[in-house]
Amino acid sequence: MARAIVNVPPKARRGEIIEIKALIQHEMETGFRVDNMGRVFPRDIITDFICKYNDEEIFRAELFPAIAANPFFSFFTTAIESGTVTFEWSGDNGFSATASRNIAVE
Amino acid sequence: MRYNPIAGSTRRRFLTDAAAGTGLVAADLGLGLPLIVRPAAATPDTMRAAIRNVIGEAPVRKGKVKLDIPPLVESGNTVSLSVSVESPMTADDHVKAIHVFNEKNPLPNVVGIRLGPRAGRATLATRIRLADSQTVTAIAELSDGSFWSDSVSVIVTLPACVETL
Repeated sequence: MARAIVNVPPKARRGEIIEIKALIQHEMETGFRVDNMGRVFPRDIITDFICKYNDEEIFRAELFPAIAANPFFSFFTTAIESGTVTFEWSGDNGFSATASRNIAVE
Repeated sequence: MRYNPIAGSTRRRFLTDAAAGTGLVAADLGLGLPLIVRPAAATPDTMRAAIRNVIGEAPVRKGKVKLDIPPLVESGNTVSLSVSVESPMTADDHVKAIHVFNEKNPLPNVVGIRLGPRAGRATLATRIRLADSQTVTAIAELSDGSFWSDSVSVIVTLPACVETL
């Protein structure tokens, strides 16, 4: 399983806008590179990234080969209630990874 | 003549062999070179086509969007990019999507994200690849159906995406 590093503030005030960061280990092979024999390295990328906050989708990204290796995203959400923020990555060759963090909202 | 233990051959002998084999070498090159197919790069036209593909025929206006990307990058393999859109992010006035496009990578699309009023702030940061010096465009789709954009031209000294190993 690919290593994922996600960052969600463990505590937040209700209504506070918090930053979420997610990084995952993946080489994101573009499918456009060739070796010196002219053979193409087949494409192997993460195509989708979804972040949910208490099962409601708050952020979704469609990735293309132009995303650098080890895809990183930083985005914002409003802290509404205590619960879990989950992250899902999926991609070529059946790639799938998940991560989750708890957040306490006061 | 000095014997070269590593090559197992002398320089003169190598040159003679090479000369004899020139025909073969040339044939190899003749066959080999066209096999290295460089993927067709996106062009400003394909970028426009890709934009139309994603957002339809809606007009795109300049403004509201701020695309932050270094104007000169040393390596195209990892270029930090951030897009922020001026928006109150309320239920009736928020950013629905942000799309990023480029002119000269093999594919014109870079990333497309969807968000909603809960985001609180319409800001995205990620890292991208750039295959050449080019213009990068970010387009934001607002909840009222309007599209806003910003473009930045970037100089890349070491390109990414298509390099041979």
